[in-house]
Amino acid sequence: MSPADASWLIEGAEVAGPGGRAVTDLLLAGGTVTAIGTGLSKAGARVLGAGGLIALPGLVDLHTHLREPGREDAETVETGTRAAALGGFTAVHAMANTEPVADTAGVVEQVWRLGRTAGYCDVQPVGAVTAGLAGTRLAELGTMADSAARVRVFSDDGRCVSDSLLMRRALEYVKAFDGVIAQHAQDPRLTEGAQLNEGEISGRLGLAGWPAVAEEAIIARDCLLAAHVGSALHVCHVSTAGSAEIIRWAKSKGWPVTAEVTPHHLLLTDELAVGYDPVFKVNPPLRTAADVAELRRALADGTIDCVATDHAPHPVEAKETEWSEAAFGMTGLETALRVVQQAMVETGLLDWAGVADRMSVRPARIGRLTGQGVPIAVGGPANLTLYDPAAPAEAVSPVGASKSRNTPFAGMSLPGGVVATFLRGVPTVLDGKLA
Amino acid sequence: MKRHLISAADLSRGDALLILDTAEELANLADRPIKKLPTLRGRTVVNLFFEDSTRTRISFEAAAKRLSADVINFSAKGSSVAKGESLKDTALTLEAMGADAVVIRHSASGAAHRLAGWVRGSVVNAGDGTHEHPTQALLDAFTIRRRLKGAGAALDGIRVTIVGDVLHSRVARSNVLLLSTLGAEVTLAAPPTLLPLAVDTWPCAVSYDLDAELPKSDVVMMLRVQQERMTAAYFPSVREYSRRYGLDAERMTRLPDHAIVMHPGPMNRGVEIAAEVADSVRSTIVEQVANGVTTRMAVLYLLLGGTEFPEVAP
Repeated sequence: MSPADASWLIEGAEVAGPGGRAVTDLLLAGGTVTAIGTGLSKAGARVLGAGGLIALPGLVDLHTHLREPGREDAETVETGTRAAALGGFTAVHAMANTEPVADTAGVVEQVWRLGRTAGYCDVQPVGAVTAGLAGTRLAELGTMADSAARVRVFSDDGRCVSDSLLMRRALEYVKAFDGVIAQHAQDPRLTEGAQLNEGEISGRLGLAGWPAVAEEAIIARDCLLAAHVGSALHVCHVSTAGSAEIIRWAKSKGWPVTAEVTPHHLLLTDELAVGYDPVFKVNPPLRTAADVAELRRALADGTIDCVATDHAPHPVEAKETEWSEAAFGMTGLETALRVVQQAMVETGLLDWAGVADRMSVRPARIGRLTGQGVPIAVGGPANLTLYDPAAPAEAVSPVGASKSRNTPFAGMSLPGGVVATFLRGVPTVLDGKLA
Repeated sequence: MKRHLISAADLSRGDALLILDTAEELANLADRPIKKLPTLRGRTVVNLFFEDSTRTRISFEAAAKRLSADVINFSAKGSSVAKGESLKDTALTLEAMGADAVVIRHSASGAAHRLAGWVRGSVVNAGDGTHEHPTQALLDAFTIRRRLKGAGAALDGIRVTIVGDVLHSRVARSNVLLLSTLGAEVTLAAPPTLLPLAVDTWPCAVSYDLDAELPKSDVVMMLRVQQERMTAAYFPSVREYSRRYGLDAERMTRLPDHAIVMHPGPMNRGVEIAAEVADSVRSTIVEQVANGVTTRMAVLYLLLGGTEFPEVAP
């Protein structure tokens, strides 16, 4: 009997839905949820006692750097998806800034196949918007859309599509296959040499300032472009209060704009840079406590649609250096749900149904994924995350399944823990460890 | 005092006065035929210079040698650093050689801070990027005190105007912190483009109008205008900068009679400071260089806990 044929009886999990929380058993068989109710039983099914655990639809990450091909010293599809599974994810979107860049059908299909082979979660490649991320001409977006990888999200992430005309064309062009342009909003001229959020801390530390307006101006322009051509815009890693305000305004107009926020921008501030430890160096930079509060509020009220990790692994030497020399980025897959519990649930801003919506349902919808991000229901895919919110707060270890250790949360005490992850009825994680 | 000197904010008022008083005693040494003291004999001071700065390196070298320390000059050019060795590996190498103090000059803000995490010896920041240059501030405070206050005093009530590219100036950052700790009233005078966005959180006043500040100033400290600022839209032209924020002979007449003019060097004569001003009796520029050695001696002495306090005979 192959693992896919095995059935699982999950006993006494709490399923959070719009109607409130209910304690129930779940029966998983043949890759789907076959029964929900109390007192379920099935001969031959393996039993998992889930008392006290929250059952969430498998988490979906819209923004993951798996680094393969090209930077296998930092991460591979296999190690990155192991980290994803441990974090409760059943699908990740692999960003295009690999070497070579994922700007052709060949590269996106390679990444997609590597994901299938690894088997820890679904890997949906993101295609580059412009050839080589160079920002001068469109990549073959349609060919990537038609490929086996079925690309729908396109992004030059790490770089901004700053040319207004090119951005307009990209938005328009992907309408033909229901695509979405995920913009890394960063005015390049306003951020030349920029190192840290421009404000009190950057001034004191003598680090070149990264103004909020460099992000907000691009978001405002892109919202107007999306409205003008009637195309879907997704804003990556929103980091400022002003960005949230602009997106709220665009949504109030009914424009097709969605947005994500990272776990680190929901919890950390630029004050952490005072020791010049580049583990806190990230693009966009950590902002102020006022920005963090506003981002939380925007995620709670739905202005920001989802949490996306921007998991950005780097080898040790890329961070053990002077701040200005160090690489931008932080890992985040393994800690995302715990950070969201800390920032959003413990503060009363989101309940667990809200977490399911912001970390599974909405990101899957934005990514045009089928079979992911589906609320737990009979007949639905058996993609599940079992999470223990009452696990005693424990200091985060820098060592995890990711090949890299550049987590900004190392040593920080965070609540909760992922107990199990099921991908189409097959456990990828059991008892908090890879199955 | 803390083990390292990375920021002027590391110094309490008491620490700063102790350094200045120690420097005062050491200054007397400079007038003796034999300038050397045995206090740091057998201790090793490494000058780790990733940026060219002959004047600062020589100043630290002279300071360490006058205290009888062994001095190793480690310049990034032509060394393993130029071949891509990381700051951390360089630090571990110095550590293995047993450096008691590392004096570091680096183009990256925070480099001294990072280094302090990797070595056991004391780290002295000799300028890190656009962050700080605390020994420059100490020698400036020492110079101001000698000219306007006298030994033993703090700088309470002294009005200091710092003029120019504050945004990119490590000298300005350290001076604002140290001079305000010592009781001085600091005003920054610069075009808005060359001031940090959140300068209102600094312990100083801000003005865009140099002429309005000059009559109220006991000290004017001119900052160097870096070549790369001249082409990056911080101001329309060098000529306009000079006209609005340069200190020329005419503008100098607005100063009170007792006021002094300072510059950390190297100067752009004719840009931020006119030759007549730089060479005038108000100018302390050459004095600052001499005071740099004694102030740095005091810092090394206090950080390394020299065993014999300099008994300076008259």
